[in-house]
Amino acid sequence: MRENIRLAFQGIWGHKMRSVLTMLGIIIGIAAIITIVSTIQGTNEQIKENLIGAGNNVVTVQLNQNGNVYDMSWSPVPSGVRVISPQTREELCQIRGVENVSLYCWRQSSSSVFYRNTQHNGEVYGIDPNYLDVYGYQVQQGRGFTQEDFDGFRKVALVDGNAVRTLFAGENPVGKTLEISSDAFTVVGVIAQSEEFAPTINSMRDYHLYMGSSAGAVYIPDAVWPTAYQFDEPQCVALKVGSTDDMTAVGQDAARILTDSQIIDKSGSFDYRSQDMLEQAQQLQQMSQSTNTQLIWIASISLLVGGIGVMNIMLVSVTERTAEIGLKKAIGAKKKRILLQFLTESAVLTSLGGIIGVLLGIVMAQLISRMMQIPVAISVPAIVIAVVFSTLIGVVFGMLPAVQAAKLNPIQALRRD
Amino acid sequence: MPILQLKNICKDYIQGKEPVRVLKNVNLTMERGDYVAIMGPSGSGKTTLLNIIGCLDVPTSGEYLLDGKSLRDLDDDALAEIRNRHLGFVFQSFYLLPKLTALDNVALPLLYADVPLKQRRERAAEALKAVGLEERMLFLPNQLSGGQCQRVAIARAIVTKPDLLLADEPTGALDTRAGSQIMDIFRRLSQEGMTILMITHEQAIADCAHKLYHILDGELHGEEADTHGI
Ligand SMILES: Nc1ncnc2c1ncn2[C@@H]1O[C@H](COP(=O)(O)OP(=O)(O)O)[C@@H](O)[C@H]1O
Ligand SMILES: [Mg+2]
Repeated sequence: MRENIRLAFQGIWGHKMRSVLTMLGIIIGIAAIITIVSTIQGTNEQIKENLIGAGNNVVTVQLNQNGNVYDMSWSPVPSGVRVISPQTREELCQIRGVENVSLYCWRQSSSSVFYRNTQHNGEVYGIDPNYLDVYGYQVQQGRGFTQEDFDGFRKVALVDGNAVRTLFAGENPVGKTLEISSDAFTVVGVIAQSEEFAPTINSMRDYHLYMGSSAGAVYIPDAVWPTAYQFDEPQCVALKVGSTDDMTAVGQDAARILTDSQIIDKSGSFDYRSQDMLEQAQQLQQMSQSTNTQLIWIASISLLVGGIGVMNIMLVSVTERTAEIGLKKAIGAKKKRILLQFLTESAVLTSLGGIIGVLLGIVMAQLISRMMQIPVAISVPAIVIAVVFSTLIGVVFGMLPAVQAAKLNPIQALRRD
Repeated sequence: MPILQLKNICKDYIQGKEPVRVLKNVNLTMERGDYVAIMGPSGSGKTTLLNIIGCLDVPTSGEYLLDGKSLRDLDDDALAEIRNRHLGFVFQSFYLLPKLTALDNVALPLLYADVPLKQRRERAAEALKAVGLEERMLFLPNQLSGGQCQRVAIARAIVTKPDLLLADEPTGALDTRAGSQIMDIFRRLSQEGMTILMITHEQAIADCAHKLYHILDGELHGEEADTHGI
């Protein structure tokens, strides 16, 4: 068998051009399938990640400029955008399906938070009393914020587990003092998302939080946000929705209400947009169901054509090597051996095509992922199946030529020259 | 026990629509150690006879005993095994595999006999030595002269230590000098005890053999034919 494989490689190497052309159909077919499967897989995994967090039916609505989230870390308070008033908040609460609404301010990365000499690299949130409930946070150590903290403008802070790790080196932070914009804040508690909420990965930020690679977050009452940062920052909105099905509608309603009421200069580049992964997930799901099944059919046809190409070349090869086959039989090669020789050759040919196809498919999947912002997951089972399948194509389509070779009458085979 | 016994072997080929009798009641017996030559004009049925003796073809009628055993009703694979274990072939046009070295060409029949690689190499090298090619073992066929190629082919035929060595005009494609080298090898092999059946065109070559037969229109004539000439 090893001998056969060696001979097969020799044969393929001996006819490089022909072999590549023969493999082309297989290469293209397998590459297409790997690309498609990777994309489906990636999409599905994303959909799964988003739907797993179904307990966390939170829609966030944020201020956008030209379609991008407006990040106050880098940009000044936008002119012509109001701070969300209690009336508007009430309006948001009235949207059908909404259970709770939280308004908060945040910094993606704040350079003004220190514990002793350690600078905090993570996020800082100025949160209202509803925030912890909306996002499903629970107090793990110490306490949460009380109404007195908000009413009394107390300089208190909550931290999450990652911040405990990065900022306090794992020590109990409760009672410690943080310096935020040169003011002293007392840490009163540690919070964490309860289990059912945790795996929702809606963004890179969530991903880092989930994976524990984030520097963590520090939370202060929104009442004291202006003293630490600035006045009149338009807040972000987090809406807790009763049912996953309502999320899209709620997000759209909330975005419309906020755009109408908060943005004074309607001609500008600002608007509010909801970040609802469900909506995106559904689109992706649809794509992966319709387009991709079609693509897989097309790829299969390419594999079929590739297989026929292989059969054709193997038939040519058998004809070319009639004398060789005749000689081998004359000196005692049994049918099975000849059969195996040619089957091995066509299987090696298509396997090689399959492997090249897999590599090409991975490259294409990565390219598509870059260009279309679709996550890809290179699935190992898909690769294994693809290679096994291409080997199988070689065996199936190589069978006819191989049988023909094995059946060759040695006298006639030798006579032909 | 004769190594080879042919009894009333007939062979018909369908040519056009008519069956044509190419071999007519051929009787031939060979003992171990015999060196037999068969001469005959082109188209007289020499190759057909050799193919039947070589188990590459089956007779239309008649009995063929190899080493006392009838070969009738054996299937292709059983015949392949007999060719591999008991027979050695040398053809007019060498039939070396062009991509294999001389050594690998010679080792090929041993592969089909499931001999392990190391032994295959050793025995192939030994056989090449026996035909005087120990210095060209790793050459490819296209790096060898015609005479050398035929010696490789002989080495391949004897590497399995066959009971019967069959040669179909082994010098037919060679010049006189190379041809006589080949004949020397056959003579030496015969002296070492090899049983040889050789087909040839040339009287000089046939003269090397112990026994000479003539074949004419599918009829085999014994040694007495020798004296009649052709
Ligand atoms: N496969 C075949 N089909 C039909 N006729 C054949 C076949 N093989 C050989 N013959 C005929 O049998 C005769 C003997 O052929 P062959 O044994 O090759 O002669 P030689 O080797 O003595 O030149 C020839 O007339 C040839 O045409
Ligand atoms: Mg002939």
